[in-house]
Amino acid sequence: MGSGADSERTLYPYVTGSSVVAIKYKDGILMAADMGGSYGSTLRYKSIERLKPIGKHTLLGASGEISDFQEILRFLDELILNDNMWDDGNSLGPKEVHNYLTRVMYNRRNKFNPLWNSLVIGGVKNGQKYLGMVNMIGINFNDNHVATGLGNHLARPILRDEWNENLTFEEGVKLLEKCMRVLLYRDRSAVNKIQIAKITEEGTTVFPPFSLKTYWEFSAFKNPAASAVGSW
Amino acid sequence: MSKSVLDLPPKGGFNFDLCRRNDMLEKKGLKPQSFLKTGTTIVGLIFQDGVILGADTRATEGPIVADKNCEKIHYMAPNIYCCGAGTAADTEAVTDMVSSQLQLHRYHTGRESRVVTALTLLKKHLFNYQGYVQAALVLGGVDVTGPHLHTIYPHGSTDSLPYATMGSGSLAAMSLFESKYKEGLTRDEGISLVVEAICAGIFNDLGSGSNVDVCVITKGHKEYLRNHLQPNPRTYVNPKGFTFPKKTEVLSTKITPLKEAVEVIEGGDAMEE
Repeated sequence: MGSGADSERTLYPYVTGSSVVAIKYKDGILMAADMGGSYGSTLRYKSIERLKPIGKHTLLGASGEISDFQEILRFLDELILNDNMWDDGNSLGPKEVHNYLTRVMYNRRNKFNPLWNSLVIGGVKNGQKYLGMVNMIGINFNDNHVATGLGNHLARPILRDEWNENLTFEEGVKLLEKCMRVLLYRDRSAVNKIQIAKITEEGTTVFPPFSLKTYWEFSAFKNPAASAVGSW
Repeated sequence: MSKSVLDLPPKGGFNFDLCRRNDMLEKKGLKPQSFLKTGTTIVGLIFQDGVILGADTRATEGPIVADKNCEKIHYMAPNIYCCGAGTAADTEAVTDMVSSQLQLHRYHTGRESRVVTALTLLKKHLFNYQGYVQAALVLGGVDVTGPHLHTIYPHGSTDSLPYATMGSGSLAAMSLFESKYKEGLTRDEGISLVVEAICAGIFNDLGSGSNVDVCVITKGHKEYLRNHLQPNPRTYVNPKGFTFPKKTEVLSTKITPLKEAVEVIEGGDAMEE
């Protein structure tokens, strides 16, 4: 134990992903994230998939350090593999994956070597929908709609107002697009390349990326200093 | 004898000479004074006939709500109002001061005040104090040149915007504006959007709460709707409310007026010099 061991602890994140927003809808869970990986203040990677299916019943979305996310995917790979090897007809559902990840995150935090992520776990098993979140210090909870990072401040007020239990797929996608658009306008690390993923009893689908339409044609934006020369 | 240090002319801004002494006292255990902040949601938007300003009504002192129903929309001129977030004393003092300066200016020029005048006076003052006067303001009004809406930051920078939010609840309110604002809103649409944005701040931000104040300014007319919406009423567990219990039964009542201890003599002796 010496300075060698100290330098292996995570002190700050390097390549980070921005917010993930997820909601429960009528048939399952809908999750959205953009595909950007920022290296400090530069947008280094523009095709990072931050939504991954885990096993048959779960979808995982992550924000924060990308390398720690890839490590988590390897842990989960091992977990699902061992589960499949039992070959007993049971498979790990979203609640179990959430519990496992909570233990992993909390234990790493106690060793002062956290996995610098905020994770969103969603899924459907035996007709029961589940949506939960766990972050780098081990805080975990489940709710009808969750968001990470700046999404908590910008997307959750909209979701608290407009979410209801019986959203159809189209309504859910529209709601998520609304949230991602506000994040695109107001989060500096957001990128206009969004991926949406859905998980239902039938299975997981990660849709191909698309970009959002933005509106910049307000007349006040055309000449902002018209009334106050010297400001902007 | 060197008098050069004492003869220096007074400089602008705050005098920080006592900071070192205060730090030393704090290290020895003196607790610093707490102050009233308006951890806040304030918004403004331009609609087709003018400007609508909105604010919540909670003033906090650290984790405690010091005032459940304070007024954050300050009067600047008959056609200009200003919402303030940040340290309550700073927003009050700065808006009061500029309001007086505008009044004097109106007497001097004989004209209605313009929003850019208020803007320039405020940003000059705040820049002069280099951000130590912690007032973040949303200034709105209608003058001869039309409706205007500006935000002013504690360090003195300003923005000119069609819709603006400030304060700790600004992200919650801005998320609603970004998703629902469009140009050419009518008065009712504008008021309902402002109310929705302030409610988003009230229910999603811990520093904002209580009621919604709205101020509508149009050409030649203003409406200050104090407590326009009260979404947090005091509720009692008992549906009949709270009544004081009657313990004793009144059998008889007898009222005796108290006798005066001092007799007042009209036209008595004059007091001694």
